[in-house]
Amino acid sequence: MTAKGPLCGEFFINGDEACAEAAISAGCRFFAGYPITPATEIAERMAERMPHVGGTYIQMEDELASMNAVLGAAWGGAKAMTATSGPGFSLMMENLGLGIITETPCVVVDVQRGGPSTGLPTLVGQGDMMQARWGSHGPYEIIALCPTSPQEMFDLTIEAFNLSEKYRTPALLMADEAVGHMTERVVIPPAESLQLYPRRKPTVPPDQYRPFEGGANGVPAMACAGEGYHLHVTGLTHDERGYPVTTDPAVQERLVHRLIDKIRNNRADIVRVESDGLQDADVVVVAYGITARVATWPIEMARAEGIKVGWLKLITAWPFPEDLIRQLAGRIQAFVVPEINYGQIALEVERCAGGRARTILVPHAGGDLHEPHVVLEAIREAVQVSNIKSQMSIKT
Amino acid sequence: MKFWRTPLDHDQIVIPLGQITIIAARCKGCGVCETYCPRHVLSMSAEFNAKGYHIPQVTDQAVCVACGLCQIMCPEFAIYVTEVN
Amino acid sequence: METNGSASVKDREAAADDQSHPLDHLLRQDRLPHIWCSGCGLGTALNCFLNALIKSGLDPDKVAVVSGIGCSGRVAGYVAMDSFHTTHGRAIPFATGLKLANPRLKVVVFSGDGDLIAIGGNHFIHAARRNMDMTVVCVNNFTYGMTGGQVGPTTPTDARTSTSPTGNRDHPFNLAYLAAASGASYVARWTTLHVRRLERSLTEALLKPGFSFVEVISPCPTLYGRLNKQKTGLDQMQYYKEQSIIRHGADPRQADIALNGQIVVGKFVDLDKPSYLELQKG
Repeated sequence: MTAKGPLCGEFFINGDEACAEAAISAGCRFFAGYPITPATEIAERMAERMPHVGGTYIQMEDELASMNAVLGAAWGGAKAMTATSGPGFSLMMENLGLGIITETPCVVVDVQRGGPSTGLPTLVGQGDMMQARWGSHGPYEIIALCPTSPQEMFDLTIEAFNLSEKYRTPALLMADEAVGHMTERVVIPPAESLQLYPRRKPTVPPDQYRPFEGGANGVPAMACAGEGYHLHVTGLTHDERGYPVTTDPAVQERLVHRLIDKIRNNRADIVRVESDGLQDADVVVVAYGITARVATWPIEMARAEGIKVGWLKLITAWPFPEDLIRQLAGRIQAFVVPEINYGQIALEVERCAGGRARTILVPHAGGDLHEPHVVLEAIREAVQVSNIKSQMSIKT
Repeated sequence: MKFWRTPLDHDQIVIPLGQITIIAARCKGCGVCETYCPRHVLSMSAEFNAKGYHIPQVTDQAVCVACGLCQIMCPEFAIYVTEVN
Repeated sequence: METNGSASVKDREAAADDQSHPLDHLLRQDRLPHIWCSGCGLGTALNCFLNALIKSGLDPDKVAVVSGIGCSGRVAGYVAMDSFHTTHGRAIPFATGLKLANPRLKVVVFSGDGDLIAIGGNHFIHAARRNMDMTVVCVNNFTYGMTGGQVGPTTPTDARTSTSPTGNRDHPFNLAYLAAASGASYVARWTTLHVRRLERSLTEALLKPGFSFVEVISPCPTLYGRLNKQKTGLDQMQYYKEQSIIRHGADPRQADIALNGQIVVGKFVDLDKPSYLELQKG
């Protein structure tokens, strides 16, 4: 590797490598990580490339340290990232919560693999989706993006940095081993041409600055250490000055409500989907990650049989596109949700469908991808009129 | 000060004199200042502060030499000494 | 209005607004009096630290204090500098990221024995191994104070705590030995009695590149002290006075602390070795 700055051009690289390059193009200058299959290549690429751009790579002693180092680096003024897989993701949960309550912009990549526990280190899974939403304790909202290709590993990593800075929150990139280890053409635009959201700094002097007072969209401006603002940042519930207040439920309500509204009220800006053929669909296949690509073939076959089936790819899994699902549920027969787990995003689909359309989960325990005929059969079943709309059925 | 033998530089050395300030609201009556003052300047008074702690009082201002030990030992930042001459 | 302490308490409290302790500019005065108990040594440790900071000549605007969870962890909330109160045991990796992202900062970790050495033990030894550029002040009161006085990794054998009611069976860590063995370039231990020497060590530690570690033995009257027949801060400081012995350059291996036993204090390690940042430049 002889490049000395962000890359530019067409490359034949895998998803992990594309993710690392995207971070560099987005201005990430700090990476702390721990080796874990199938995300190790991101760390290795960063170890090689961070010095080229004047950044820092450090391999920490575990994933807990990695997550904390990323938070510390963000408060030191850098764009920071870490990458892991299921077991490491679990270890990062407590401190993801620290990042959320302290409103620390950073990116956490989870290249999902077969689980639970040590599971299938080298093979695909999609079983961390609910963990991405609820893995840390306490009430909160999160942003999570799902790439379906190495190109999207690049594009959505940039997006993750932008969203994390814009909304002052950790942003998750929920990739999977299939996409992370897939080698495909990736077009990398010049770094200067990328639309990057800059960290919003305070415009008032230190004695007037309230580090945890939401601005117009609920997001506070962010001063960092060493800028003379004498910040106090704590994981305890705090007031607008950042001082801990642990005896007043009113302060808890104000803080938690603002943190949640910060994401929920900006759904229109954050939630992204890609779709095809929804307008006259009887059945909609909802998928994300590698499965969104897998689903295109059974959909083609079903359409050839005359079934009106739409394709809905979740780019953001969280916040979940509730409004769209509710709207579709009003006019379609059923949703088909293939995912490489035993029902996680399907639960959200079922919840939002509210019994007005069926939800058919097509599960897969992990290790490889869905066979197209299984998804096709689920679509055929979905299009049949049924009275059992309120119960999610599982295609076996 | 009483000496058993007058030091040779006796007329050049000035023994400092300190003035103690006690921030009563911060004191928690731990007694460290009273115990470790080498000149026994302080003693815990019978009075309470607003939080109910006995706070120290200066009983012998004249012998305070502004050593600063009470100031640096106080866990509450409730006492400090300024040198007066 | 200055008072020599002989005015009535009410008058003195009324005059409080006019009274300015020499360290007030480094403290968040709106947060004082702090939450630590009467006789707790944390305030003294902080007092020595702030004095050391002034003596070191470092710019307080470029100093960041990172703490963990526990009574000692509350230090971050009282200093009028950039301060970070992080999760239990994770102050050191947070401080690592902070320092590496902005090497111009002086990063100080101020936390307790349970936070730094039990849950944070792994991070402690690795940061020392790397000779990471930070100063770590461990206020060691032999217990988990904030949660009610449980046994910890530095609790002396036979001591009583709320989770070792019949006496601690475990052997404690010797923190000076642990830090030295892990690779710290500066290791010192003092008690809250040794205020001047502690201040001097902290000044040296702040100015030392690499991983500098200062252990501060400190009283916990409410819990550890009460459960071990040393009910007040003064009682524990009397124990330090009787049992501490200054041995600069001592082999930390010989500095174990038994219950009510000898406490070897002093500067044990002061090496010139390349710090983490210096090594990265190579």
